[in-house]
Amino acid sequence: MSEPLLPIMLSALQHYSYCPRQCALIHQEQTFDDNVHTVRGNLAHERVDSGESGTEYGVRVERSLPLYSERYGLTGRADAVEFLDDGTPYPIEYKQGSRQKKMHDDVQLVGQALCLEEMTGKVVPEGAIFHHKSRRRRAVPITPELREFTIGLIAKVRALLESGQMPPPVDERALCKECSLQDSCQPDLMGNRGRIRRLHERLYDADDEGDA
Amino acid sequence: MKQLLNTLYVSTDGAYLRLEGETLVLSVDKVKKHQVPLHHLGAIVCLGRVAISPALMARSMEDGRSIVWLSEHGRFQARVEGPVNGNILLRQAQFRAADRVETALEISKAFIAGKLRNSRNVLLRSARDSKDEAAKTQLVRAAKSLAINLRNLAHAESAASVLGLEGDAARVYFEQFNTMIKPQMREEFEYKGRSRRPPKDTVNALISFLYALLLNDCRSALETVGLDPQLGFFHVVRPGRPALALDLLEEFRAVLGDRLALTLINRGQLRQKDFDLRPGGAVMLNDSGRKTVIMAYQERKKETLQHPVLESQVEIGLLPLLQARMLARYLRGDVEAYIPFFNK
Repeated sequence: MSEPLLPIMLSALQHYSYCPRQCALIHQEQTFDDNVHTVRGNLAHERVDSGESGTEYGVRVERSLPLYSERYGLTGRADAVEFLDDGTPYPIEYKQGSRQKKMHDDVQLVGQALCLEEMTGKVVPEGAIFHHKSRRRRAVPITPELREFTIGLIAKVRALLESGQMPPPVDERALCKECSLQDSCQPDLMGNRGRIRRLHERLYDADDEGDA
Repeated sequence: MKQLLNTLYVSTDGAYLRLEGETLVLSVDKVKKHQVPLHHLGAIVCLGRVAISPALMARSMEDGRSIVWLSEHGRFQARVEGPVNGNILLRQAQFRAADRVETALEISKAFIAGKLRNSRNVLLRSARDSKDEAAKTQLVRAAKSLAINLRNLAHAESAASVLGLEGDAARVYFEQFNTMIKPQMREEFEYKGRSRRPPKDTVNALISFLYALLLNDCRSALETVGLDPQLGFFHVVRPGRPALALDLLEEFRAVLGDRLALTLINRGQLRQKDFDLRPGGAVMLNDSGRKTVIMAYQERKKETLQHPVLESQVEIGLLPLLQARMLARYLRGDVEAYIPFFNK
């Protein structure tokens, strides 16, 4: 029997899609620093996590539902899954920001859909992102293109986590500004290897200026 | 930037610390003396006979707040630890690096380079402050001698030669300790050569106590980033010895320990009355002396310095953590070299 696939957290898909280094810092280095976004995110989730499962407006809702896929080696939790009358699951992911289309949120939702399909045997044609700030839902159709992209991404995340390597920071510094892991990541430092090399070359040379 | 949280130092004999809501309450003989909010506390350090309630202990472990007991003179006694921090891949890298002679040598050299650079700076700073021409010349000459050791360190090819250069530099440096003390204070503070366990003069009592506080901060910093404080590169592994914390301490001794000791002495903030002289020659800081030192140390930690690698102003209290993090980065192959902290 072959070794089961290294299970990957569904959130790792979102992290990797945002920045592979962020993914490695969280899932490999086990770093977690709070910033305003994560604190807001936690506050947004507090409501979700405290919410109980049950029936709302005639729809069965499961909150904080454990998810898994053995086929793709995924594990995690869905903020909420609505079950339509015919049993079709409809995953909803809560995000603290306002209603913007973000690829990295979408792939996490597709990951959830893949799990739900394996768990229930039903096709999941659509899910939604609930934006806490605007309190609006954004429907995300689980298209064949998104599926294919996400399955490719799962393989990349697995390859990264199995390698144990740290990828370099992304070139796009705008992403770093929003990232809670800046202190641990030190993107500018990693981006400037020249500075470390120069300091290392001069480490054993005392500056005699001011000695006299 | 990670927030510099306060360390609560409790040196009241017989104090009892307990949890009350989101606060810590300190009482003595069941009388409430102090109450502080928990969210500003990064660590609790108990000096001497201090007890802590299980609830406060559990809450601190949950928050990642370390609790340490030192003897009243600063010797490490016990630590309460929560779950192991950080990453097994990092600890594995640390153990492998320690086993590779070349890597261990490279890291040792970096720590000692930091130590020599910072020791030199303390000498040169005192030379600039001194009004006595003979003293100036002497201090500058010692700094030059350390510069030679620093250059030789670059070519050191064995742990033994690093140890030799470090020992030689330490001798030259400490020979100047009395010169760095203001003439009018030399009667009360005479450095008679390094002595520990017990310290035999006021200067040794003072610097040993400061090193103990610093060592504790280095140890906590290493644990926070997930490094094993017991596996060193320069200091030999011995059961119970925080060898890596001692390694990291090397770059901070002069700049955070000695420099602060000299300030306390030269400004007259500490006097003979702050020390207890014991029969047989042992000298220890007493209660009032310890309070003065702890307060000065806490204040010093809030000051900022320019960090050579990060090229930004950082709080001194965060330096051990920043260096521990950079060491972790180096060990994981994320950067090419470990650069110790030094101020230019």
